[in-house]
Amino acid sequence: MTQSCGHCCVKIENLSVRIGLNSILENVHLHTDCKEVLAIVGPNGAGKTTLLKAILGDIAYSGQIAFQIRGARNKNPKIGYVPQKLNFDHDAPVSVQDLIAASLVSFPVWCGIANETQDRVKTVLEKFSVAHLHEQTVGSLSGGELQRVLLAMAMTPTPDLLLLDEPGSAIDVKGLSLFYKTITRLKEQYDISIVVVTHDLAGIIPYADRMILINRSVLAEGTPREILSDKKLVETFQLSLLNISRLLIPAGVTEPKNND
Amino acid sequence: MTEFFGWMQYDFMKNALLAIIFVSPLFALLGTMVVSNRMAFFSDVLGHSALTGIALGVIFGIADPLWALIIFTIILALAINYFKGVTGASSDTTLGVFFAMVVALGVVFLSKNGGFNKYTIYLIGDILTISDSQVKLVAAAFLLVTGYWFLFGNNLLLLSVNPSLARSRGIKISLIEMSFVAVLAIIVAISIRLVGILIINSLLILPAATSRLIARNTAKYTFYSILISLLCGVSGLIASYYWNTASGATIVLLCAFAYVITALITGWLRRKVA
Repeated sequence: MTQSCGHCCVKIENLSVRIGLNSILENVHLHTDCKEVLAIVGPNGAGKTTLLKAILGDIAYSGQIAFQIRGARNKNPKIGYVPQKLNFDHDAPVSVQDLIAASLVSFPVWCGIANETQDRVKTVLEKFSVAHLHEQTVGSLSGGELQRVLLAMAMTPTPDLLLLDEPGSAIDVKGLSLFYKTITRLKEQYDISIVVVTHDLAGIIPYADRMILINRSVLAEGTPREILSDKKLVETFQLSLLNISRLLIPAGVTEPKNND
Repeated sequence: MTEFFGWMQYDFMKNALLAIIFVSPLFALLGTMVVSNRMAFFSDVLGHSALTGIALGVIFGIADPLWALIIFTIILALAINYFKGVTGASSDTTLGVFFAMVVALGVVFLSKNGGFNKYTIYLIGDILTISDSQVKLVAAAFLLVTGYWFLFGNNLLLLSVNPSLARSRGIKISLIEMSFVAVLAIIVAISIRLVGILIINSLLILPAATSRLIARNTAKYTFYSILISLLCGVSGLIASYYWNTASGATIVLLCAFAYVITALITGWLRRKVA
């Protein structure tokens, strides 16, 4: 695990979210440091996405979410967010360039995009090897391409905190591994704190510095190895012991044969 | 040729033409966002709420029902937005409830003592009787929407892509949502007398829906919408003069024709490429 500067963090204390009569999250406590990939894992309906939305300020909550950036309390940190999906039609006439430009400049993209802005958009996209997609419509991108475009957008300007919601939901295993390698590089390069919400345990384990298991409240917290040794995981994910041992076996060691 | 421009000799046609030149691009702009945010039913409810707005104007003895209409439509738009958030019901259901309520309420009030006939003009609209002051009002509405679009166009675009994503970019999404429905409500209220309750929504939806078939970015989407709206608006007005038909409906027919032709051609081209 890499060393954080110790001056940047997000502290969540006693966070609860209720929607109507349903309690979605109860008394969640967690913190994340800079230069850290924190994986929030849990089954479907555990409140993972709700937690991200609370951090974003998208939903009402009780409790406290405090941001500290370079040693000082910050009420408006820069947050980069990569959503699980976009709620729009595949035929929507929004190009990749429109999307990035709309988030970079205030001059309205419906009036056209200035050459200087087009160059800025290309530079942003180049960092994530997706510059060639700038004229394509967002709806025509593959899951992996869209994720890289959204990551490029989330990283411009460099955020204090990067939130990724279920990055594996629309891409294949190879694409996901490439994606996680990219975020590891970003963590090292920009000293940022990255929170990944996922139910894909196996995919995130090699890249997470810490892991939090939630199901309405925090059930376990620690390194991926510590979490995977926890019995609560077996109950929550309904994993067989064989599956857990597979996840814990270091690379290169032969797995025991399953005789079932 | 002189015969073709015969309609220009009448002041009412000049006023109507000016109104169309202002209203068409404004509807096209609003329509792009209504279509992108799947708000077609929402804007239809706003259009039909005009019946209740006018009725309230009559009940409270306001000579020009326009102000009652504007205020009522804004309150309704904000109320629908609020109820969608608190009930948890699907927006279709919420809108269906409001749709039935505003139409029934309007008809009940206006039909009291058998006087509904006086208000049928609002159903089909009449752009030819537009006064100078109404043209000025439409011009002011044009400036309002263009200014709003210039300031908040990018925010609206990001909001239509993903609200949480928009919020992460520092956009105050409830402010943008509320201001957009308020602007939409004002424009619907101002234009209802000109184009009519029954077809106002088509004027919002059709140019944007047609433009979506051919545009591949936001600038072209907006440009084609405005172009289609203006072309159909002006030619529909002139055609209605010669055909002696209701202007609003004639314009909508041309818009619908443009949509069908564009859909057929783009469909054919897509099959050819495949």
